Amino acid sequence: MAGVSLKSVNKKYGTVEAIHSIDLEVNDGEFLVLVGPSGCGKSTLLRMIAGLEEITDGTISIEDRVVNDVPASQRNLSMVFQSYALYPHMSVRKNLAFGLSNMKMPKPEIERRVADAARILQIGELMERKPRQLSGGQKQRVAIGRAIVREPQLFLFDEPLSNLDAELRVQMRVELAGLYNRLGTTMIYVTHDQVEAMTMATRIAVLSNGHLEQLGTPFELYNFPQNRFVASFIGSPKMNMLEAEAKGGAVELADFGSLPLGDGVSDGSLAVGVRPSQFLVGDEGDVHASGKITLVEYLGSEMFIHVQLASGRVMMVQAPGHSVYKLGDEIRLGISRRAAHYFDSAGLRVPLFDKQDS
Amino acid sequence: MVETTLHNPDAISTAEEARAIRLTRARRRSRNNIFRHIFLIICSLIMIYPLLWMVSASLKPDNEIFGTLWLWPSEFQWNNYVEGWDALVVSFSRFYMNSIIITVLSVIGNVISCSFAAYAFARLEFNGRNIWFSLMMMTLMLPYHIVLIPQYLLFLQLGWIDTYLPLVVPKFLATDAFFIFLMVQFFRQLPRELDEAAMMDGCSPFKIYWAIIMPLSIPAMATAAIFSFIWTWQDFLGPLIYLNDVKDYTVPLALRMFLSQDSVSLYGEMFAMSVLSIVPIFLFFVIFQRLIVQGIAMSGLK
Repeated sequence: MAGVSLKSVNKKYGTVEAIHSIDLEVNDGEFLVLVGPSGCGKSTLLRMIAGLEEITDGTISIEDRVVNDVPASQRNLSMVFQSYALYPHMSVRKNLAFGLSNMKMPKPEIERRVADAARILQIGELMERKPRQLSGGQKQRVAIGRAIVREPQLFLFDEPLSNLDAELRVQMRVELAGLYNRLGTTMIYVTHDQVEAMTMATRIAVLSNGHLEQLGTPFELYNFPQNRFVASFIGSPKMNMLEAEAKGGAVELADFGSLPLGDGVSDGSLAVGVRPSQFLVGDEGDVHASGKITLVEYLGSEMFIHVQLASGRVMMVQAPGHSVYKLGDEIRLGISRRAAHYFDSAGLRVPLFDKQDS
Repeated sequence: MVETTLHNPDAISTAEEARAIRLTRARRRSRNNIFRHIFLIICSLIMIYPLLWMVSASLKPDNEIFGTLWLWPSEFQWNNYVEGWDALVVSFSRFYMNSIIITVLSVIGNVISCSFAAYAFARLEFNGRNIWFSLMMMTLMLPYHIVLIPQYLLFLQLGWIDTYLPLVVPKFLATDAFFIFLMVQFFRQLPRELDEAAMMDGCSPFKIYWAIIMPLSIPAMATAAIFSFIWTWQDFLGPLIYLNDVKDYTVPLALRMFLSQDSVSLYGEMFAMSVLSIVPIFLFFVIFQRLIVQGIAMSGLK
């Protein structure tokens, strides 16, 4: 087990900067998820930690050892690839043992580790098969097995579940979480799927365009997003953003009217973010607006209602699944000032009610 | 549906019409099939005729060989094979030995050296990789006859004339751009993540080539081996230039010796030996083409 520390790590392809000076501390035994939209540099960052990609500037250390120039195989880590990258011409057993025999490990020790991994992942009866005879989920397990047998200090996962169908993904997610609890090894996990990120992570690092936007626990990211990018990236459906103007301790919202915020707010433009689940229906809340329902998405346990306000803006509202809203209905929405998020003109969070909330 | 058919006379006639149309179509299809087969059989006969002619010529008495197009010999001259084997100053056992040595070494050399070069072009990073690759591809455009004389002079300087070295050593130096190109294309379609996984598993670039790339490229290797075998086995010009001693001759050169300008040519014996000379190529192809199919089935990468 080991912590990982990135200090002003930088990556340039020619003149294009893919990673802009990232500082990141991964604690020992932590499950850190790197999340972000495609092209944000999360995979590149992971591959740099793995040693598959050179870093242009900065230092990467694993357990206080700077590994900038240490080859991938000697960093004492394992990586699970998106495409699994199992060796097609080797049986499952050989796939698992290949790395160990390269390390000149004694035979009995290899056998013990392979058997252990097979037991943990329940792939005992697949050992003599070739990868092409395995289903997607089985391949995934073998790929994880190949990572486990090395008993590394650090596991790296590069979108390992993205090739699986939805049901299997949920199952493997649970298994991965179980594996983490069992091994307790530091894990760094790349995904673009925020459900994976939220459910598995100890902490999440949100990346965008090669910048680290926010690092925090899933709770912190969801409840206290530090900027507008994180606010709209985390949470599904997206947070509603109301552009507004603050003046004299209150913010003037179109459709809703004036929302008094107290002394903490300075004059200027202010965006008010309200999650679909934070809208209040009816007379509750501090300010209100009426609108017309333009679409209802029924999901069973809940429903998402698209409400068009007088100004033409459409708000996404979450309601319990047993509610009876239908297309064309009038609906009255309320916002509670304590439940909303506020962002200044630079897109940074204005911590108005954070203290009382936490 | 059934009901309407029963109670509606129009429907019945429509169904019958449809049946009639189906029948005519089926008849037409089988007739087309017969024509297609006849045409293809005639084409294949034209293609295979020279080969059959050679086999039949090897069994005919000498006076019948050029007299008639008919393939069936009036009398089977099995003796051509027995006599042909020892008809020349040196026995064909020797010529076969020479050919096999040169061919086997060439195949091994080509497969190893060209796959090394191809691996470098496909996977390793080095300065001027693209320039070297295009230079190599340009050598494909050079006819052999252009490099013939400079090459001969080079080997003369090295003192390699009258040995097998000029025929074998270049094969170990990845001189055949065609094979390199073939393998580069094949290697490129292998997922890079396999290399990376192997790298994490502690493989050096050579080990990645040896343990991962090579076993997955059996189809490409087998293709290269087959072509390399055929081209070397039937090479006439190379041995003609570099070999002077009859004892070192390869099979194609030996066949040429049957035709003499001053005395009687032994045609029957020559054709008998020609037939035998294609047997190794045939066997090699049969064995190795199976590897191509197996290899493609095995890699099943996705």
